[in-house]
Amino acid sequence: MLKTEELQINIGPQHPSTHGVFRMLVTVDGETIIDLKPVFGYLHRNHEQIAEQNSYLQNMPYTDRLDYFNSMANNHAYALAVERLAGIEVPERAEYIRVLMVELTRILNHAGALGFLINDMGMWQTQLAFGMREREKILDLFESVSGARLMCNYFRFGGVARDLPADFLPRLRDLLRAMPSFVDELERLLRENEILLQRSEGIGILPRDLALAYSVTGPVLRGSGVAYDVRKAEPYSIYDRFDFDVPVGTVGDVYDRFLVRVEEMRQSRRIIEQILEQLPDATGGHINPKARQNVRPPVGDAYARIESPKGELGFYLVSDGSGRPYRYKVRAPSFINLTPLGDMCRGYKVADVVVILGSIDIVMGEVDR
Amino acid sequence: MPRLSVEQLRERFAQDLPGVIVTAVPLQVSQPPAHGPQPGPLVMQDLLVDPRQVVAAARYVRDTLGYTFLSDIAVVDYLVDGLFELVYRFYHVTGGPPLVLKTRVPRDQPELPALTPIWPGANFHEREAFDLYGIVFIGHPFLRRIYLWDEFEGFPMRKDFLKQGDKYLGADE
Repeated sequence: MLKTEELQINIGPQHPSTHGVFRMLVTVDGETIIDLKPVFGYLHRNHEQIAEQNSYLQNMPYTDRLDYFNSMANNHAYALAVERLAGIEVPERAEYIRVLMVELTRILNHAGALGFLINDMGMWQTQLAFGMREREKILDLFESVSGARLMCNYFRFGGVARDLPADFLPRLRDLLRAMPSFVDELERLLRENEILLQRSEGIGILPRDLALAYSVTGPVLRGSGVAYDVRKAEPYSIYDRFDFDVPVGTVGDVYDRFLVRVEEMRQSRRIIEQILEQLPDATGGHINPKARQNVRPPVGDAYARIESPKGELGFYLVSDGSGRPYRYKVRAPSFINLTPLGDMCRGYKVADVVVILGSIDIVMGEVDR
Repeated sequence: MPRLSVEQLRERFAQDLPGVIVTAVPLQVSQPPAHGPQPGPLVMQDLLVDPRQVVAAARYVRDTLGYTFLSDIAVVDYLVDGLFELVYRFYHVTGGPPLVLKTRVPRDQPELPALTPIWPGANFHEREAFDLYGIVFIGHPFLRRIYLWDEFEGFPMRKDFLKQGDKYLGADE
């Protein structure tokens, strides 16, 4: 009988598979994980306090830096919270443009995240490059509307910063035409590749009741079989006008989370097609002309949340009647989705940890704030 | 899809858990300015829970009312009023608006029972509140700083925390 000993090792903070400066304090017995504690804060800049010293509008570009993959989604949640606090109305056309941007963001996030996930599974770079190629096309569109590719800073209180340029819709249609083949290819890659199947099926299982108890959101929660999507559960903006499905998994393993993301890309494309149909009839301009940008909301508090590509992104704001938020709190999806990481990894091998972490899809700008 | 209004909730609580809900006093929020318009007090509509009873209230919300999803715990520092307010936000898994519970603890002794033992999803929320506001959650299994390093002194989100610039200004004078 061999004598075994438990060993504590650190994965990260400087590790190519941790998606940023993120450390996992792992206790292993041979190759098997006994315990895992996530350690982070390396990118902590006290985002919330800096935001309390800025005016409401100054925080809009700062929210871009939370989840730097999805700046449009962050802008949307923040704009919703301020509009709820200050009672600002948004014209119909602006709502359509907003939803369009957020759904494009979802596609680009999932294309990138799945590329990184396959990268973590050991299929080096190829699929990541394909995902990034699709992402680039959407970033080009973002550049044409906002002038920036990543830090878009496109939303304003009561609408968006400027209207769509003339060539935007034709370019968007071209992109949508090319999209299904890319998504099908991505799905086929996982469903038919023996190595990827072995690395993902039955790995990192998060059962339904545990997922709920741990408050995870987004594709991680839906992968565990809970059909909870903020767009359906508490429709905001104009999501009640669109027809789309909420994909769910059955087991809650890496494979399910992967397929949920693939299906969400298809559903986002469906929403965008409905937007293209309805956009010409939308009333109003791209922004409410009466909305002041240097808002001074009345004393009170407001909370708004959206279904960001990574989960439920919420902003809690308290106003003391001045031009700066008295309290500005971000409910970051990546941060909370990390809570069950230890339970998800327990009993699996060290090499599975990177895959499980990749399937949660975190971004450190949002985890650390 | 249960959608209980604040009044209905208040009745349910009074019936099943008497003494848990306390009356909310309007908050002053900021010092009244010497000149200019006076901002009004902050009147909260949401239910205010006795901090000692927060576990019982959360258990009731989850097991009896069915709001199984704890989404958020936010802390607000009301320096003028001398208290911290914690905002718990629960959702029903079939959808609908949140159920909001608030509770207030005094700034000089910010202690209340932890939700983490009965609700593992509260873990990182409570550690964050401890790290940035210094709120002590009694019964939390691993109440350590989550963002800042362990040797850090003070709680940076408190309104009276000296920012780095302020500190150096003070040293020069």
